[in-house]
This record gives sequence, structure tokens and C-alpha cells, in this order.
Amino acid sequence: MSFGHRVEKGYAVVELRGDVDLARSPEARALILQCLEKKNDLLVDLSEVAYIDSSGVASLVEGYQMAKKEGLKFGLIGVSEAALNVLRLARLDQVFPIHADLDTRIADDG
Amino acid sequence: MLTPEPQKGNAELVIEVQDLVAHYGRHKVLDGINLTVRAGEIHIIMGGSGSGKSTLLRHLLGLRRLTSGRISLLGQEIEGIHRQALLELRKQIGVSFQGGALLSSMTVGENVTLPLREHTRLDESTMAIMARMKLEVVKLGGFEHFMPAQLSGGMTKRAALARAIVMDPKLLFFDEPSAGLDPVVSAELDELILRLRDAMHMSIVVVTHELESAFRIADRITVLDGGKILISDTVDKVRSSSNSRVQDLLNRRPREEELDADAYLARLTGE
Repeated sequence: MSFGHRVEKGYAVVELRGDVDLARSPEARALILQCLEKKNDLLVDLSEVAYIDSSGVASLVEGYQMAKKEGLKFGLIGVSEAALNVLRLARLDQVFPIHADLDTRIADDG
Repeated sequence: MLTPEPQKGNAELVIEVQDLVAHYGRHKVLDGINLTVRAGEIHIIMGGSGSGKSTLLRHLLGLRRLTSGRISLLGQEIEGIHRQALLELRKQIGVSFQGGALLSSMTVGENVTLPLREHTRLDESTMAIMARMKLEVVKLGGFEHFMPAQLSGGMTKRAALARAIVMDPKLLFFDEPSAGLDPVVSAELDELILRLRDAMHMSIVVVTHELESAFRIADRITVLDGGKILISDTVDKVRSSSNSRVQDLLNRRPREEELDADAYLARLTGE
């Protein structure tokens, strides 16, 4: 199941799907960094993610750091309980802006 | 010996040991071991000195050849496994050794990154973030540039644990996590083991002789004595076991060995 991306309501939305593990996190990282290089505000949609490991989370961390440097918006949407548990382990749930979906994020942006 | 409780339905087994027998020279050190560890459980292997728990761990890690029986880890038979399959299997298994086994010539960060460098082709930046995340998980954030010699005993164990979990293993072996640690640090490590199980659904085998720690974190406990399993069951069933030797171990009563007068005399006279 390959990853996808779309542009909606001013955001590039990277859609990660299935397992984001050692084998597939390089692809996720490349897609996230590619979108940011195009100077897009970016949301990563995790709603179709069955499993995400540390390498997948590391790609999100790297993306967020790059977005901050570039002055771009970044966030996670559709974070499942399983993915949230992995983020919580390293207290990253307190670091990433996390919203239920794109509309909630936009409402929060004001 | 009390038999383990029957397997529940389709619970996935991450470790299956059947009729394991092992010797050191002519001395039988493991005798008819049957053991199962289920996915997502914390399984404690406990027993006194010389009970065979460390030997069992070495066999589970494939570090020693068994005399007879079979061991299966994550569905793979260990005996006769092909080199490539063994490498793949090892990617899914983390081990935190008792002494830490950190490489003294490398920084803590380099030690933690080592399995990633060996087994993956991830970007340098991804590996560095993963290592720092795991150091944060074990509460060693900011210590990546320290050398192992600069760490306390508890910090060394936590750094070793960070290295053991850096690849998000399905199965983690932790040898004597509490040995030599003060109670507070020991309790912190126990808490961390529980979090790893819950957050990562990791199956964790802990070898320990620390009763307090064992009962704090275990889903199931296997008690070894004299190379045999006395009981392998839930915490409650181990606590309420009617086996006198189990109760001796739980109550820290020394074992009264039966004296074989002839063998004793022969030992003393060197015959």
C-alpha cells in the first residue's frame, strides 16, 4: 500500500498507510521532506496507519523540525490510539500539534 | 512439577521451548524444560543462583547448543536455522545484558545507534533521531555524547536498554535489570518495562532473582530450580502455589539439601 498526498484547503496532506516501519519509513521521510521543500504547510494523516515504529516517528520529527526552520505549519491528523501510544512513549504527543482531522486543524488555526 | 496452564485459544506464542535438555560437560544444567511466552506479555524467569535461569537465557538467545529438545522464537526454529534467517530473526529481538555490554570506546549515542547501523540502511539523520528518542525513553536524554565509563550502574543499564529497543524489537530479553541498583532506580526500570509492553506491544522476558520487581511487572512467572521448572503460571497462581520449594523461594528460605552420605564422603576424599 503506497503512501499518497493531496493538497486541500491550503495544506499539503501526506497520507501514510499500512505499516510505517524500517522498510517503509524512508519512503515516508522522502515524501514529507519533498512536500516541505516545495514550501507547503504540511499535515501528515495517520488515520490509515496500522503500525508505526520509531523510524516512522523519526521521519515525523525530522519533518517537523524542517517545517519550523522554514517557517511552515506542520501537524498530525487522524492519529490512532496505537500510534499515539508510540508517540507518548517518547513524550512526543506533547511536541507535535495533533488534531482529529484537517477541518479541526483549520478551525484551530483561526 | 506443576504443569503450565493450558494455552488460551489463539494467543500468539513468541517463544516455545519443548523438552529442552542442556549439559555443561557431564553436568545436566537444564532438564526437560517446557516453556511458552505469549505475545505482549512480560514473562519473568526466576530462581536462585545455579537454578539454570542464566543458562536458559543463553539457550533462548542461541548462544549455546542444546543437548536435546527444541526452541522456537517468533515462530522460527533456532536449531539449524540458516544464517540469513538468523540475521532477520535477530533484527526482531533485543537483548539487554546484565552488565550492559556497552562498547567502551564508543559514546552512548554511538552504542545505541549500532544495531541500526548494522541492520538498516536508514538515513544518518533518521538513525540519530531514533537513538535520541530511545535515550529520552530511558530518561538519558542529553547523554548521547557521554562515554560508558562516565555512567553510573543504573544509567549503564538504561543505556543498554535503549540500545536493545532501538529497533523496536518484537521480543526483548532483559537480564537482571534490578541487580546492583537502588530500589528507586529499580522501580523506575520496572515502570519503563511496563510502558514498553503497553506502548509497543513488546513481548518481554526478564531474568531476575528480585522477587519484588518480578511481582510488580510480571504477567506470568516461570520458577526454575535445579535446572527444572517448578511452576510456570500467572502471578496469582505462583503466589498461591502449594509446591514447598516455590514457597521456599518466595519466602527466601534456604534449601535443605538431602545428604547422600556415600556421595558426600566420596567428594571429600576426592574419589
